[in-house]
Amino acid sequence: MSGRRLPESGNRIDRSRSIRFTFDGNGYEGFEGDTLASALLANGVDVVCRSPILGRPRGVYSAGIEEPSAFVEVREPWFEPIVPATMVNLVDGLDASGRPGVGVLPADPPSPKPGVHRHAHVDVLVIGHGRAGSESAAEAFGAPGSQRILVVDRLPWFEARESGVRTLPRTTALGIYDDGFVVLHERGTAYDTLWHVRAGRVVLATGAHERPIAFANDDLPGVMLAGALARYVRDHGVLPGERAVLFTTNDSTAAVADTLTSAGAVIAAVVDVREGWSVAAAEGTTSVSAVRLVGPGGETRTVAADVVGVSGGWNPAIQLARAIGVGLRFDEELATYVPDGTGPEWLMIVGEAAGDGLPATDAFWYSPADDLSTHFVDLQRDQTVQDVLDAVEGGLRSVEHVKRATYIGTAIDQGRTSGTLTAEIVNDALGMALGAQGPTSARPPVVPLPFSVLAGIERGPALLDPVRTTPMHGAHVEHGAVFENVGQWKRPRYFPRDEEDLDDALARECVAVRTTAAALDASTLGKIEVVGPDAGVFLDRMYTNRMSNVAVGSIRYGLMLGFDGMVFDDGVAMRLAEDRYLVTTTTGGAAPVLDRFEEWLQTEWPELRVYCTSVTEQWAVIAVGGPGASGIVRTIGTDVDLSAASFPWMTWREGTVAGVPCRICRVSFTGELSFELHVSAWHGHHVWDAVLDAGAVPYGTEAMHLLRAEKGYIIVGQDTDGTVTPDDLGMGWIVNPSKGDFVGKRSLVRPDTMRPDRKQLVGVITDDAGLLLAEGTQLVAESGTGATPGPGVGHVTSSYRSPTLGRTFALALVSGGRELIGERVFTLGRTEPIPLRIVDPVLYDREDERRDG
Amino acid sequence: MLLIRCPWCGPRDEIEFRYGGQAGLTYPTEPEALSDEEWADYLFLRDNPKGPFHERWFHTAGCRRWFNAVRDTATHRFVGTYRIGEEPPA
Repeated sequence: MSGRRLPESGNRIDRSRSIRFTFDGNGYEGFEGDTLASALLANGVDVVCRSPILGRPRGVYSAGIEEPSAFVEVREPWFEPIVPATMVNLVDGLDASGRPGVGVLPADPPSPKPGVHRHAHVDVLVIGHGRAGSESAAEAFGAPGSQRILVVDRLPWFEARESGVRTLPRTTALGIYDDGFVVLHERGTAYDTLWHVRAGRVVLATGAHERPIAFANDDLPGVMLAGALARYVRDHGVLPGERAVLFTTNDSTAAVADTLTSAGAVIAAVVDVREGWSVAAAEGTTSVSAVRLVGPGGETRTVAADVVGVSGGWNPAIQLARAIGVGLRFDEELATYVPDGTGPEWLMIVGEAAGDGLPATDAFWYSPADDLSTHFVDLQRDQTVQDVLDAVEGGLRSVEHVKRATYIGTAIDQGRTSGTLTAEIVNDALGMALGAQGPTSARPPVVPLPFSVLAGIERGPALLDPVRTTPMHGAHVEHGAVFENVGQWKRPRYFPRDEEDLDDALARECVAVRTTAAALDASTLGKIEVVGPDAGVFLDRMYTNRMSNVAVGSIRYGLMLGFDGMVFDDGVAMRLAEDRYLVTTTTGGAAPVLDRFEEWLQTEWPELRVYCTSVTEQWAVIAVGGPGASGIVRTIGTDVDLSAASFPWMTWREGTVAGVPCRICRVSFTGELSFELHVSAWHGHHVWDAVLDAGAVPYGTEAMHLLRAEKGYIIVGQDTDGTVTPDDLGMGWIVNPSKGDFVGKRSLVRPDTMRPDRKQLVGVITDDAGLLLAEGTQLVAESGTGATPGPGVGHVTSSYRSPTLGRTFALALVSGGRELIGERVFTLGRTEPIPLRIVDPVLYDREDERRDG
Repeated sequence: MLLIRCPWCGPRDEIEFRYGGQAGLTYPTEPEALSDEEWADYLFLRDNPKGPFHERWFHTAGCRRWFNAVRDTATHRFVGTYRIGEEPPA
């Protein structure tokens, strides 16, 4: 090859603006408007990279998005691990080097180009500003209902014919989605933009891609798509070679010959399949030096040439349309697939993308030869005609399977050059008709883009999901709390002192709750105010027990079921007034429960006069528990009589603590005397500090989990998994069938929910008091020596090392478990079965003697 | 991304909504009067047509109201949306 810049021509370059760039360490010059590919051709660079598997030299093959051959890594001005040279717009200081078809992410990658997201709403979006696209935009302009028109094209710059039409250059469409939603990637100079466009109508004017013909050494630098040769002359003033062979099946190459000739090149041969001639092979070491031709009678001829322009016909570029439901049909005249007219009514495909104006062609896929092992079909995947035939020979009949066996079409060009070729080679090899099965599916993004553009400015862990913190979070941080994520919430898991590890801190915190006084930040509890004259009736239908007869000032624990009778959430309902309840939910259940309330109220019982409001974040909640709990509350100051006689279990009182208004609840999740202090979120930090200053030991969720398990209290979502009924939990007492219907009630008397062998919640203890079972451990009925461990009977849901009990213990769901209390079960140890015993799930203070202090 | 016309808020992106399954299923007034088979039908069996389907949507990140829609399951095209209590579009 001997590519050079022509003295004239090049309608996309600005010769007054010279650009310096570096490729493979060498300095070069190009012009504004060049792509890296055109600039490399202008500088006579034949070999851009090596092929990924076979290491063969590869050069520029096309002039656009369909490039399967010339890949580079860009280091400056912004790092991109791999990109086709045809898609890199030349900018000052560009530093790139060849990449063998596969990008490499360095261990310490340079920061990528910044990316932002933007949204746009338009009446008409035109994708592609070729002839058909610009005509469509002009037609739409001023038409009723199309005030806002946007035209996008990947060209570095272009102008719309009408001044009111908005344009986005350097922009490619990545995907078209339902209802005119289109995602675009704009490659800016300082940053990239991912556009989310909602368009009333979408006009697809993406043109067509030329199709290659496979022959021996068709991957040698100098072999290019014929139309690309003309485009480099016309657009960039670059002549890729001096002596050209044109290998064609159609009339489109006549204009290419004219363009090359007028630029000073010699047409060494026009090899027309329709006249019985074909190219057998390209010859040369690192670029084409000669071309071997075969005639209709088998005669051969070798001509000297440095470029081969190949045209096997043209494929409409409709990758974008296929994922939105546009079908294809095989067009005999064009020997390719064109849109079949199906698809959404807001999508219009125009011009060459619709198959209009494309030249008729012979169907010719590759030059026959004994050796097809260098007839490349997919250059980037180094796959040849022989590889396709081998896949078919191996028994694959679907093009989709051949794709997966050979990886053809999975590279950066997404099968733009190889797709039709591969499909027809497969059809031919199977003796099927032309077009019997089409090219493989195309999916968004139809043009590769850096992940950093998708991420936009939303980078880093903090932005992945909102982080919710309680009003006392700052105090926890100062206290050195170790946090855990509970949904979006950060909750203190434990508060290590000095060099304590989890086990040490956990034991200390548990002992504090059981023997002195401790405090838990329970602010993350979901809290919903249910207000209205029918609030009680409504809650009766949502919970398994009656809430309408809870007295004002009292609290009742409740379970909520799904339609199917399975436990969905739990919490307490505080009656604030005749027409007002505050119900609590699990931390994770806050939004689902509110959604469920709304769903029933809006869709089934619109006649109920009830409003629901989330107040989770309006209230800070501090659970002060332990034998010394009332002492702590008295120390921080309260006007509420805390004695058990006047403030009994499961009631609440309004008053002040630490000088601020407070609702105090006598509820307990640990089994100890507890006061839950509900204060305004504004006062949460203040009251928490006061409680700790008064001597309460802060404890975290880990201790809370352990303490509640000792009491056999469940955690929905840990001891339940959506297949557990109240009776399975031994909580049949909370189901009140006499009060009327409630959600899930009917399901509780289905045969399956009444089976005696359902899994039931029990306690499980190991013979070895120091052995801690893993949560999720499977249990078997028999010790089952040998390969068969016997039937599984259940699994461990919670497991802890209890400082109070001085041993480990677990909760488990075991088939017919309540009947098995006292019996043996086993789990499989590493070498031998581990003996366990089923016990009552309440292992601590079964008589509830401690909750009143 | 579907463009869904909330009957209260107008056309909004799909991400603001939550899907609510088949519309027009009425919670039985007396679930206990149903046989196990009838209750199981109500609980678990739903229509699954190819073509127009009456379904529920919840504008969860908007006005938080439930509404109904007729959508073609083959094309995703919305025939129309309507408020609870209103007649579906023809």
